[in-house]
Amino acid sequence: MALAPAITDLEQLKGHPAIARLLGWNAAAVQEAKFDREELSIYIDRFSIREACVLLRDNADCPFNYLSDVTCVDWYPSDPRFEVVYHLLSISKKERVRLKVRLSDESPVVESVTSVWPSANYFEREVFDLFGVRFAGHPYLRRLLMPEDWEGHPLRKDYPVEGYR
Amino acid sequence: MAHMTPTPVLEPGQDKTMILNMGPQHPSTHGVLRVILEIDGENIVRIMPDIGYLHTGIEKTCEAKFYQQVVPLTDRIDYLCPMTNNLCYVLAVEKLLGLEMPAKAQWLRVMMNELTRINSHLVWLGTHALDIGAMTVFLYCFREREDVLRLFEAISGQRMMTSYFRVGGVALEPPLDFFDRVGGFAKRFPSCVDEYENLLTNNPIWKIRTQGVATITAEDAIALGASGPTLRGSGVDHDLRRDMPYSGYENFKFKVPVRSEGDVYARYLCRVAELRESIAIVQQALDGMPSGPIKADAPKVVLPDREKMKTQMEALIYHFKIITEGFAVPEGEVYQAVESPRGEMGYYVVSDGTAKPYRVHMRSACLANMQTLPSMCEGRLLADVVAAIGSIDIVLGEIDR
Repeated sequence: MALAPAITDLEQLKGHPAIARLLGWNAAAVQEAKFDREELSIYIDRFSIREACVLLRDNADCPFNYLSDVTCVDWYPSDPRFEVVYHLLSISKKERVRLKVRLSDESPVVESVTSVWPSANYFEREVFDLFGVRFAGHPYLRRLLMPEDWEGHPLRKDYPVEGYR
Repeated sequence: MAHMTPTPVLEPGQDKTMILNMGPQHPSTHGVLRVILEIDGENIVRIMPDIGYLHTGIEKTCEAKFYQQVVPLTDRIDYLCPMTNNLCYVLAVEKLLGLEMPAKAQWLRVMMNELTRINSHLVWLGTHALDIGAMTVFLYCFREREDVLRLFEAISGQRMMTSYFRVGGVALEPPLDFFDRVGGFAKRFPSCVDEYENLLTNNPIWKIRTQGVATITAEDAIALGASGPTLRGSGVDHDLRRDMPYSGYENFKFKVPVRSEGDVYARYLCRVAELRESIAIVQQALDGMPSGPIKADAPKVVLPDREKMKTQMEALIYHFKIITEGFAVPEGEVYQAVESPRGEMGYYVVSDGTAKPYRVHMRSACLANMQTLPSMCEGRLLADVVAAIGSIDIVLGEIDR
């Protein structure tokens, strides 16, 4: 099975329910989209992520009612440095979509989606703990896995694998 | 969802409530889970799980390893279902590579994966019953679990950390009498499940301890990210094996047990029914096991056979290159989810085109399931916490990674 080239043209991807809904709402919020290896990623403007999530969750045709995961990728040293990744699942339509938000190193802050899905609570705390990305509006943004007094954020690329000590 | 925001240090309210620390070495927390409870007499006012005691930084370690070297790390994430984790990871990498698996490898993977599910559910059932006070079930369950572990040892050489699935296939051909042994086990096992059920399902003590205890509604379960039997026990009919099939699961016929009560008893019934479905899948895999190769035809990714290595120059070169340099994976990212015994286990693998993964993230089913604990327990009795923790089947290795 040879890999099919990724589709990055928004025009071609309009048929997907998630993209159609987001473009119908606010075309400026959708920065980019990519369909690669049977998976769809949509880059969302950092200030619109919560509203985009509400929209997709309440989408009548294809409700992405389940938040599978929130995580982050550190593209150090390039800028914008962080990509926060949301994996959404539609239980009824058996469809997945990946939302991504790019964040710069200076202010790695993005709006929390805990008000949309309470399940984001632990996921966002984990991202905060391991990457230092802050989630505005998170009710309880504390370290989840590392000790409270830990210095640094271990999954950042400039953090050595062996640790500092 | 007020319970979503527990405060770190629970302030004792006036003189009525007290703070009780449970764990991290409490026997019923299945590892190193610490739970802080605010109790009013025997009633729970607030409950706050505290995790991270088993955090080993596996995601960070993965970034420093070759793709094939990550496989043994995935065993250690969830030590009760190593092969499910192996499967999820290798499927993700194979998707990145665009590799197609031969039929026999897929069927072997499904068969071993279901045996792993049985193994995991047996440990769950034994310890869960032990927590609630039924000692015998534990002994019965571990008796059959030993048989499954012997099968693992026969096929992979390891009882627990199997690492049997590799990128591009499985590690070894099964030994000669392996399928007969699995067949014998598959024949015997349903009557063993009857034994467990005889001890529990209609047992009045078991029912009093579990029915109506730690209930959660379907809406709450979805909103809190629950999956697996925790979700299906609340009446949501969702199983990734059937709904988004992977590794050839579309070739198998099985029922997805769903209960609508949402209590500990419902989750118990779901898992016990899954034991029967899993062994039926194993039997189907045995009956229809295709012949053919167990590894994909991709010499740059899959290690050559030992024999070829000794006789063919190319095979020797490929072997040397894979071991010393790994194999490059085309740029891209995939999220692969499988139905683990505990729910949706997902691997998000990002490649930057080199031989080491740029990022590996494990979506842990337990971590999400754990978030349902406060809504299950608050307002109930202290003794129900033990039943609730047992019923969501947590494995701390997976939660903390």
